[in-house]
Amino acid sequence: MSTRVLSAPFARSDIQIRSIMLTVVLALTPGTAWGIFIFGWPALFLFLVTVLSALLLEAGCLLLAEKPVAATLTDGSALLTGWLIALTLPPWAPWWIGVVGSFLGIVVGKQVFGGLGQNLFNPAMLARVALLVSFPLEMTVWPNPAPPFSAAAPGFLESWAITFASQLPADGSTGATMLGWVKTEFSQGRHLGESLASGDYGFFKSLIGWTGGSLGETSALLFALGGGWLLKKQIITWHIPLSMLGTVALLAGVFALADGGRYPGPMFHLVSGSLMLGAFFIATDYVTSPNSKPGQVIFGAGCGLIVYVIRTWGSYPEGVAFAVLLMNSLTPVIDHYVRPRIYGRDRKGRPLELPEGRE
Amino acid sequence: MYILLAAVTLAALGLALGFLLGAASRYFKVEENPLVDEIEQMMPGSQCGQCAFPGCRPAAEALVAGEAPPTLCPPGGKALAERLANKLSIELDLSGMGDRVPLVARVDESLCIGCARCIKLCPTDALVGAPKMIHVVVADACIACAKCVEVCPTECLKMHPVKVNLRLWRWPKPETALAGA
Amino acid sequence: MAIFDMHTLWSGKQFDLHSLLNGNRFDLDALWPAHQTKSNQPRIRGGVHPEQRKEATADRPIDLGLPLPPMLYLALQQHVGKPAEPIVNVGDRVLKGQLLAVSQGLVSAPIHAPTSGVVADVMDYPSAHPSALPTPTLLLEPDGEDRWIALPDKIDPFSLSPEEISLRVGAAGVVGLGGAAFPSAVKLNLGRRTNIQTLLINGGECEPYLTCDDRLMRERARVIVDGILIMLHGLGCQKAIVGIEDNKLEAYTTMRMAAAELSDGKIDIALVPSFYPMGWDKQLIGYLTGKEVPADGRATDVGVLMHNVGTAYAVQQAIRHGRPLISRIVTVSGGAVGSPRNVEALIGTPLSSLLAHCGYRPKDAFRHVMGGPMMGDALPHPNVPLVKGACGILALTREEVSATDAKPCIRCSRCVTACPVGLQPLEMVSRIRAGQLEASLKFGMKDCISCGSCSYVCPSEIPLVHYFKYANGELLTRDQANHKAEQTKKLAEEKLARLARQKQEAAAAAAQRKAAAKKPKITEEAA
Repeated sequence: MSTRVLSAPFARSDIQIRSIMLTVVLALTPGTAWGIFIFGWPALFLFLVTVLSALLLEAGCLLLAEKPVAATLTDGSALLTGWLIALTLPPWAPWWIGVVGSFLGIVVGKQVFGGLGQNLFNPAMLARVALLVSFPLEMTVWPNPAPPFSAAAPGFLESWAITFASQLPADGSTGATMLGWVKTEFSQGRHLGESLASGDYGFFKSLIGWTGGSLGETSALLFALGGGWLLKKQIITWHIPLSMLGTVALLAGVFALADGGRYPGPMFHLVSGSLMLGAFFIATDYVTSPNSKPGQVIFGAGCGLIVYVIRTWGSYPEGVAFAVLLMNSLTPVIDHYVRPRIYGRDRKGRPLELPEGRE
Repeated sequence: MYILLAAVTLAALGLALGFLLGAASRYFKVEENPLVDEIEQMMPGSQCGQCAFPGCRPAAEALVAGEAPPTLCPPGGKALAERLANKLSIELDLSGMGDRVPLVARVDESLCIGCARCIKLCPTDALVGAPKMIHVVVADACIACAKCVEVCPTECLKMHPVKVNLRLWRWPKPETALAGA
Repeated sequence: MAIFDMHTLWSGKQFDLHSLLNGNRFDLDALWPAHQTKSNQPRIRGGVHPEQRKEATADRPIDLGLPLPPMLYLALQQHVGKPAEPIVNVGDRVLKGQLLAVSQGLVSAPIHAPTSGVVADVMDYPSAHPSALPTPTLLLEPDGEDRWIALPDKIDPFSLSPEEISLRVGAAGVVGLGGAAFPSAVKLNLGRRTNIQTLLINGGECEPYLTCDDRLMRERARVIVDGILIMLHGLGCQKAIVGIEDNKLEAYTTMRMAAAELSDGKIDIALVPSFYPMGWDKQLIGYLTGKEVPADGRATDVGVLMHNVGTAYAVQQAIRHGRPLISRIVTVSGGAVGSPRNVEALIGTPLSSLLAHCGYRPKDAFRHVMGGPMMGDALPHPNVPLVKGACGILALTREEVSATDAKPCIRCSRCVTACPVGLQPLEMVSRIRAGQLEASLKFGMKDCISCGSCSYVCPSEIPLVHYFKYANGELLTRDQANHKAEQTKKLAEEKLARLARQKQEAAAAAAQRKAAAKKPKITEEAA
């Protein structure tokens, strides 16, 4: 029997960090599996390298910090971060992109701040943005979908060369993402209808994921379903996803009504890029999002606004990573001003007035 | 010609600014750092000397000069340390300040000879008695500076830990391993 | 009940299909009393749904057959306020119900003999407290005869004046039996003086394991209703509402029948959703009346007063039968108890005897808890006496407690969602850990009710409530230290002033002596 003085409560709910992390990983699996399927062996190699290096780097940091390695490594947080980083990479990127990305995400984005729960910015998004800015060439090579046994699919040895020897195959196997294509076509004066047709893009293709992009930018449907499952399991609540997707849809709808040829409509935006992944898995990250529900709605709306602005008027085709990082920096401000009202007090913290008629 | 003009102008400028500086140093002179007064107000004021300074004002001066940590005052405890650190806007490291067991002086009445030396020394008048009468400590007023213990000729005064009872019991800080506490 | 309650959705709580479906069994009239809701506080905020674990004891009748223990230990302080002062001496023979210790001051309560016997000792004995520190205790050795003092024959409570009722409740040693142990007479006086409009009776019992109030309501509903009517008379009030959680439908039914028969419409029985902490008095007030108690005020400021059902029962016993508070119903449960049940036990019974009576297995007991698992106190050992405010004694096994080491906070803010008061436990704890106790106050730590909902949901198993209790205690200690420092300063200044005054008087006396010595010389010369 313990002799320490212990306080109530002596009952606990079943929720644990590990179960939360593993549930999220499970929700990511369908979308990830699809992405690996359509991009073949190189995608699998890159995925494995990224996740493994994330785990190893985390173990290294824990050893340096003299924290218990086994207990922390098995709580699933490094696995999840590595998984998300892998989903943001171009599927045929060289292996060192994965390692550098994991380093940026795990070491710079998380451990340097103090480990789990201490980081200000989303580690996966930090890694992605840093990689994008540092290695723009490698980070913008988007292979076309090439599932196994199709004509364009690289064989095992060829895939090994792609990932570990940076030998991309001959032209014809890579192309632009839908967002990238549309943007470059606008800059050349061609309107939406034309560019979508000429590039052979479409709503249905983007929905199920038969399109270029990073592993997490493919199947909007599968990631949305995974997100829905997370909602059901009460791992996340509806506030951030709904406000983020709703803001994007609203803005897209308003602008599309104004000029349909120049501004893509809500359905286009909702299935393109990594918006679904971002709304359900990235922006809802516990550590970097606000504590209160109204604060989370503001956060999600802000993310949606910045995503739309960058996609429409910015020079990058996709804005989810930047939006999440910018809103992460505003999270402490949101938390400071948006707080639950304490029972018995008004919003400023002063005790409520007594009702009339009582002394 | 121009060199002369330049030299004269600069010299005049220098003189004028120097004059202004001199005037400022006289009229806007700060006699003493007002912070020292404010810090001294916060101290217990019993001049007990447990901080190794000869009184509360020298301790305040040392604090302002940065020569002493905010944890220097045992009677003030953690509360005073936190307030001093806030006032001086410096880092507070409470680790050296262990949870001092509160002490209180007690007279062993079988040994007391009634010399009244302790009564004169007690900074808070916590010792009550008269010459040739047995003395007693008023526990509520005792600040455990231990000056009386040093001066007592029969060593009848000793410091005892205050007995923890239900009224004084407090929840201890939780021991958490991984949490970075 | 609103089908689509924006407030509940906004607060992030998934809306509860179960209570929605129960809608037709709700007593709508009781849920919407005449006075309008003034605050914009959602009806229910936060809270958790721990496993009830009441099945083992809820359906078994109250055990009245606990044998007399060899010694009864009556702590002189088992209530809020000043300890009681003994008026008997060691060796005195006393009868059951005899006054042993009188209350001291306005907020206090007396102690009566739970059975006839001999006063064996008045000494310091381990208290029913997490520290088990000794506290002054009166030891009573039962003589086995269980003889009552002379009790009055027939009292009509409604012929007494309200002030007299309060006096008698106080003299009977009745305190809040829901666990707070606040002297009930003081509360009744306050309620009467402030002319409350509604008396609320708390039949919630939201803590897991505990079923003492449930069984009391099922078996002795008419007595409780009688007690409520007496309290209404003592308060000069015309309306009472009893809040019962919807997991106690039998209790609801029996209380409804008793109220319909006896109370002439003055008492409404209302069903409230079962979750933790529904029994928090402010939560119940908000749900039953829609009113919100200001942070620096009391329930009487919004025209209500709340008492536990067990207190109502004790009031009835005291006023109608003249019997002081000498026993209570206790739930004895937990995985290490072989035969869990509710027991009617005398105050002062050693908890070890209670446990032994119910098939206690010491080898399996990992933790002993007095009260419920969410807010109760962990006892270092069960050799402490039963006190008036103890609703339950639990002997929990290791699996039931599932305590592991805390992990880092992942800022999931489940604690913010769970907090019924609207605080932010994760922010408060991070400040406390960094030693910035003052900073944690601005997130509301002073308003924490220590319900334990936040610690319950924390995925990292951080002992949040323990941190808050520690911080509140530390702040109190620092306040006391500050106060002492100010007093010390005053004393030091007074000493210096005294010395200066003495010096002045000595100088004045010396000058006077000098002047007196000079005078004869002058007169001599003059002569």
